[in-house]
Amino acid sequence: MRIDCKHVWEYISAYIDGDVEANLRAEIDNHLETCEICSAVLDSTRNVVVLVADGRVFELPAGFSDRLHARLDKELAAGK
Amino acid sequence: MSEKANPEFEADCIRRIQAGERQLFHELIRPCEKPVYFLLLSILRSEAEAEDAAQETAIKVYRNLHLFRGESQFRTWVLSIARNEGLARLRKVQNRREDSLDALTDDAGDFTPAILTSWREIPAEELEKKELRAIFRQAIDGLPEIYRNVVLLRDIEEMDVRETAAALGVTEGAVKVRLHRARALLQRTLAPRLKSFAPGNRNLFGRAR
Repeated sequence: MRIDCKHVWEYISAYIDGDVEANLRAEIDNHLETCEICSAVLDSTRNVVVLVADGRVFELPAGFSDRLHARLDKELAAGK
Repeated sequence: MSEKANPEFEADCIRRIQAGERQLFHELIRPCEKPVYFLLLSILRSEAEAEDAAQETAIKVYRNLHLFRGESQFRTWVLSIARNEGLARLRKVQNRREDSLDALTDDAGDFTPAILTSWREIPAEELEKKELRAIFRQAIDGLPEIYRNVVLLRDIEEMDVRETAAALGVTEGAVKVRLHRARALLQRTLAPRLKSFAPGNRNLFGRAR
């Protein structure tokens, strides 16, 4: 079986997560070796996944935690 | 971003809280604060509303602690309470916010990635730049809700497929499909905007060409 670019794109996410079975993975690897487009799509998608996971992207609003725990304190003191 | 779940610490905490050491609840809930807030922000689209709902969620978790059976991870259980809280609030303002309920179904769309040649990798150090962090937040914010929720739990909180499915009340298959689409949409949205952050695209003075 030879797979084309569109087919590879369908599996990009599963491929990044290591969630494709061995045969298909080998097919995709083969394709990536010769296809500049797909390997750029894979690299950039993986890069996006890595950067999205960076704690600096999403930060809680200032004082969020203090306000939450202050409200909890009232609840805990109420003895429910 | 995610803090590792620690079932033994949690089980011990819960026992002690129930035995009277109430103050320990602060420590128990702390690792869940961030995912709870951002899931609620994703559902409610309002910072004030999400913060209030997050506080309400924490109180509900405390009051219902005896119902946690340890069958799922504690964080999963907390997130499903947060999700219910978010959806209940959304229903109340349904008339005002019809758009967000429309987004609750999987729809067909174009999930073709961007074909790019100008960059492949932006180094993580670039995230020191406020501008780049804003670009990422906007891109995630622009995703349809069902995709945004999955990205949040899978890629930002780094929860596994099973835990994400349980927290969102969907099948594992749906998590995988939605994550795939979300990543494709993000790659496509971000590709043109990230170009200027790629190392090769900067001159000696560090400015984008």
